[in-house]
Amino acid sequence: MYDFTPYLESIRSYLETHLGHWGANFLIWTLVAVIFLAIYAVLGLVLVYVERRICAFFQLRLGPNRVGWAGTLQTVADAIKLLLKEPVTLRKADKLLYNLAPFIISLAAVTVLGMVPFARGLHAFDINIGLLFIIAISSIGVVGILLAGWSSNNKYALIGAMRSGAQIVSYELSVGLSLLTMVLLTGTLQLSGIIESQATGWWIFRGHFPAVAAFFLYLTASIAEINRGPFDLPEAESELTAGFHTEYSGLKFAFFFLAEFVNMFTVAAIATTVFFGGWMPFHIGNWEAFNHIMDFVPPLIWFLLKVSAVIFLMMWFKWTFPRLRIDQLLQLEWKYLMPLNLLNLIIMAILVYLGWHF
Amino acid sequence: MSEVAVSEPNVEMLPTQEYFINMGPQHPSTHGVLRLVLTIDGEIIKKVEPHIGFIHRSIEKMCEKDSYRQIVHLTDRMDYLSCHINNEAVCLAVENALQIEVPERAKVIRAIIAELTRLASHQLWWGVMGMDLGAITTFLYGFRDREMINDIFEETCGARLTMNYNVPGGLMFDIHPNFRKRTKDFCAHFRTKLPEYDTLLSNNPIFRSRTEGIGYLSKEDAIAYGVTGPSGRGSGFECDVRKHHPYGAYPQVNFKEILMTEGDSFARYKARILEMWESLSIIEQLIDNIPEGEFQAPTKQVLKLPKGEFYQRVETARGDFGVYIISDGNKSPYRLKFRSPGFSNLFVLDKIARGAKIADLVAMMSTLDLVMPDIDR
Repeated sequence: MYDFTPYLESIRSYLETHLGHWGANFLIWTLVAVIFLAIYAVLGLVLVYVERRICAFFQLRLGPNRVGWAGTLQTVADAIKLLLKEPVTLRKADKLLYNLAPFIISLAAVTVLGMVPFARGLHAFDINIGLLFIIAISSIGVVGILLAGWSSNNKYALIGAMRSGAQIVSYELSVGLSLLTMVLLTGTLQLSGIIESQATGWWIFRGHFPAVAAFFLYLTASIAEINRGPFDLPEAESELTAGFHTEYSGLKFAFFFLAEFVNMFTVAAIATTVFFGGWMPFHIGNWEAFNHIMDFVPPLIWFLLKVSAVIFLMMWFKWTFPRLRIDQLLQLEWKYLMPLNLLNLIIMAILVYLGWHF
Repeated sequence: MSEVAVSEPNVEMLPTQEYFINMGPQHPSTHGVLRLVLTIDGEIIKKVEPHIGFIHRSIEKMCEKDSYRQIVHLTDRMDYLSCHINNEAVCLAVENALQIEVPERAKVIRAIIAELTRLASHQLWWGVMGMDLGAITTFLYGFRDREMINDIFEETCGARLTMNYNVPGGLMFDIHPNFRKRTKDFCAHFRTKLPEYDTLLSNNPIFRSRTEGIGYLSKEDAIAYGVTGPSGRGSGFECDVRKHHPYGAYPQVNFKEILMTEGDSFARYKARILEMWESLSIIEQLIDNIPEGEFQAPTKQVLKLPKGEFYQRVETARGDFGVYIISDGNKSPYRLKFRSPGFSNLFVLDKIARGAKIADLVAMMSTLDLVMPDIDR
């Protein structure tokens, strides 16, 4: 009942009659780009605030609660401060790469954000290799981190960048494999198709144990891939001061900071899409009345609720666990997560072949 | 000495180069102004050179023109986390030299406050230890319990950190009427909260893998380098001054000297956690038995030590703290030397950190529990 496709189609046909095919396309592209940049910025602000409040509750304190209602304007104030800060230029840095790095990271983050299906028909683009595209684009971020570390001409930044290179390249495998396990169930890589395939129930409930295992493997690996605690080695502040973005300040630092939080959202959104049925409402077997009430909640709300739950889980991890060491981190991936993922994949393949899933 | 076998890169195919990196003086994990010059191969540490002196205030020289009552206040600024115990060292040295009989009441209160100081210091250390390993939440948990101790101090003597509660001859004031109740409340509270420290950090598999088998210090090396306190006892070095050279009220209390045999980072960590239990038990033994009477022995206005040399050692939260006074009979010492535990503990870092990774170095520094003003003086 909440389908955005007809509205979007009618807007498009209206524009096409007045501006012609290419004119309409150009206007739509511009609008979508502006909207997504706005989402990107607002998401960053909201998530920073949420993270600070949640971590405060984990740490027996209050968190920001002065600026605006319950501190909601705190991050806005911080953003203004970052905007007004002097952009420090380094004499011995590689200027081009140094200035390019934050944009590459932001580019990767915002492109992946475009793939996220917020509701039925509400996504920037929906291609048939969606999941593969997400995995491919999100790894571009590592180029930005490596460039940032290399061009800063700072040893701490370089160590951070090298750690990050090893870490992200390793953990991408686990992210890919755990998603591949689910693709066996969904039968499609297209994100809208994956959600439609869960109309009768979310995959995490229907996929038996391997689906649950795949979820936790995915969560662990993707937390490592986006450099969040307890896997935040590239920016381990107690060892490397700030890791790869040691030499960045002001707005350029804000780009890295924002990208980290938006990546967190994207990771949670993909987990929601693949495991928790995206914007699908929660249904229980044959409780018709209950299911009917659930249908009235807009899909966007469902989607955001599920994403928030996953994000909360990630924040919980970050504020509870100590950080791993780089060799332990790589051991975890290559000795435990990878073999587990392969095993999980085989079990899932057998399950799907025999048709034992629900 | 990491247990993890580090595969040496094939030198012929892939030439690598050692490089230097300056850790500090402005670095989040050096806890003050310590500069470590690290020689690093990739992330593996080949050599650690600690450079100190950034916060040198020539306290020993200042002591040479101050009266003995004034010197007590300078010791606060050294190891600010065991300020009360530092004060006690100077006071004991002066009292022993002048043969002042300190009232029993003062001795017992001194011991209780000293143990509270030790607890506060260890709580802060525990929080920082977690923070150095990336678990920032522990910091706030440590401070939650430390806050109660600081409140007790504030009520007792008006200061929360640098207390100056000791004077030669006893204490500056008597305890507050609430002291007994609040200390008991704290002990009851902390007995329930200390197991939380284990659940949050000690039993965490990531934490265990970061500390177990890392930074091994043998008992022989601990003795050779003079590593004292919980850091030395983590290697099995029996160096508790309270036990082996008892002073104040310690002969009358019953407590265990915590000795670990492993000698790694985790043993040093565990030694401090277990020491917190012992401190709690010492406080609980003494708090109901504070004798009535004077809190300060009558002393002369100007203290003049007899000609000679005097040495007094106490057990601070970091280890063996010594005061060595050479007096020529005047109202201020001819020469005064402090033996600070942090100084010896710091210089063992090169010994234990070789072959480890940068991340391990941070963990080792935390388990040695360094306080820079104590090292530089």
